Amino acid sequence: MTTLGEHLVCERGGRTVFTDVSFSVGPGEILALRGPNGSGKSSLLRLVAGLLPPASGRLSFAGAPEEGGRLHYFGHADALKPALTLRETLGFWRAIFGGGAGEAAEFEAAARVGIEHALDLPVGVLSAGQRRRAGLARLLLAARPLWLLDEPTSALDRQGEALVGAMIAGHVAAGGAVIAATHLELPVAATRSLTLGESA
Amino acid sequence: MSGFFAIVRQTLSLSLRAGGGAIVGLVFFLAVVTVIPFGVGPDLNLLGRIGPAILWIGALLASLLGLERLFAADREDGTLDLFIVSGEPLVLFVLARTIGHWLATGLPVVVAAPVLGLLLDVEPLALGAVTLTLLVGSPALTLIGSVGAALTAGLARGGTMIAVLVLPLAVPVLIFGVSATNGAIADPEPFTAPFLLLAAGTLMAAALAPATAAFALKLGLE
Amino acid sequence: MWSLTQLANPTRFLGLSGRVLPWVAGASALCLAAGLYLSLFASPADYQQGDSVRIMYIHVPAAWLAMFCYTLMAVSAVGTLVWRHPLADVSAKAAAPIGAAFTFMALVTGSLWGKPTWGTWWVWDARLTSVLVLLIMYLGLIALWRAFEEPARAGRIVAVLILVGFVNIPIIKFSVDWWNTLHQPASVLRMGGPSIDPSMLLPLLVMAVGFTLLFVALHLAAMRAEIFRRRLRTAQLVAAHRRPVGAAAAAAQGGL
Repeated sequence: MTTLGEHLVCERGGRTVFTDVSFSVGPGEILALRGPNGSGKSSLLRLVAGLLPPASGRLSFAGAPEEGGRLHYFGHADALKPALTLRETLGFWRAIFGGGAGEAAEFEAAARVGIEHALDLPVGVLSAGQRRRAGLARLLLAARPLWLLDEPTSALDRQGEALVGAMIAGHVAAGGAVIAATHLELPVAATRSLTLGESA
Repeated sequence: MSGFFAIVRQTLSLSLRAGGGAIVGLVFFLAVVTVIPFGVGPDLNLLGRIGPAILWIGALLASLLGLERLFAADREDGTLDLFIVSGEPLVLFVLARTIGHWLATGLPVVVAAPVLGLLLDVEPLALGAVTLTLLVGSPALTLIGSVGAALTAGLARGGTMIAVLVLPLAVPVLIFGVSATNGAIADPEPFTAPFLLLAAGTLMAAALAPATAAFALKLGLE
Repeated sequence: MWSLTQLANPTRFLGLSGRVLPWVAGASALCLAAGLYLSLFASPADYQQGDSVRIMYIHVPAAWLAMFCYTLMAVSAVGTLVWRHPLADVSAKAAAPIGAAFTFMALVTGSLWGKPTWGTWWVWDARLTSVLVLLIMYLGLIALWRAFEEPARAGRIVAVLILVGFVNIPIIKFSVDWWNTLHQPASVLRMGGPSIDPSMLLPLLVMAVGFTLLFVALHLAAMRAEIFRRRLRTAQLVAAHRRPVGAAAAAAQGGL
């Protein structure tokens, strides 16, 4: 699947965040979004995710899968319910995303991000880093061609950063695409980069 | 479809566990029914006569509780974002959340209504009528409430706002619910007509409310 | 020729409405003066109700406009949601308090009329009750508008509620009518009564035209105020996001 954005304009709260942004990301590519605070990195990700309508411009997804969603979104919010256990949480999202594999998928995803010991603990007792890891585990529950990552390494330690790097590399090697917004260095080399907010 | 039931189940278990509002709604229902005799006096004849109406008003007020968090929590913690991204229609999510919310807060009120009716000296036939009409009508209250919950999901304090928005819209449900109950007891008054209108109201709410709430939730994203 | 699209531009609207507004306001004042003279002095008293029937000349136009205003808001809501037009949202928001005021006026005059006619300030008559519910809905809409920071988002959310209310108003009206006939024998109240005499119809029509013109004038003025309010807000936002070059340089030097 190739994601194409053409002359996108974003307005939020009566303010123009960015104008005339164009990009394309195909299989095996990593697009790094850079720019200062308020330049619209998160807004662009939300726009691509369909969470925000563009004020003008066009978004297209050539060769999108016919069934299920086309992308994963990893934002600032954890989307975790403190009262549920990690196993329940991952099982819930597997049902929503339509990940075919059985309950083993939850264990595998948790083990990959290094929190399998916490599977039966309520999510509320996890540390900030573990909560971010739980969010990362969600990306592994079902295959999606495009990953949208908003500051994926925030609240993570060195090991966590390496994990994000390995996950992105694995996803890209399997023919996926990644758009990541970050003000830090990404733990893997980006194939393309787009800097927002230069003209302002 | 497995996702649909997963949402219903999750809504239920979130309401029933610590921090959920299912029990509070039931206690509130009990409290409303208890304070009304302090206002109108302990005359059992009077209470028996207006008992069905008290139970209906109590159920209406109790249905407002917990609506504030129904979608606002999902909006704040990012769950709503992931649902929209998942590729499933948002209306299914709204409907599943609403059904789960009714199972956790509406159904217990229906079950408790005949028991509380005993405190008000409501006669057995009326107890049955009140339970039946609440069973048919209370889903409409939750569905109408879900629209209010979706409209106010982006507000920091939406609770009182929901009550103001939802109560006028719930007037027809209350009218037909209480009328059908009275129709079952008092002979000259009709039962079938208001009961069918009540059922029609629930069906109409089921058809329109989830789509409206989903639309409002999408508009409220930022 | 003015086309609708030209009118729809806010700047154009400000120019045109600024020129039209004094004329509409003047015509409204003339109509209301004539209507009040006709209804208070030149029309006969009712043979049963006496002079209290004159309340009708205020009450009925107010009730008409209460309905008309909600219809206008529903049309504006469609404009907001379907065409995403900024003026549609401004129109709906400006109309709400005016509609609420006319609804309130209809209720108060109805109550004043009820005292000599029915012997009580309030009866749970189907019409009065429906209008009371309408007032609560107006107030709810106004409250929801005020609860949101950002006008554009508030406009879209409230537009949904306006349409939900618009679909519900007939249902509420139907249910209240049904409830009313069930609980109150129809003989207690007899709305309508004998068909209205031409000597009463003329002042009523003049008053209705005057009220409608008054509504148009108020609505135009409120829309203008709302447009100016939004422009001010936009200017404030722009000011907050653009620091002057001198201030930035001073901050960089470690100054104040």
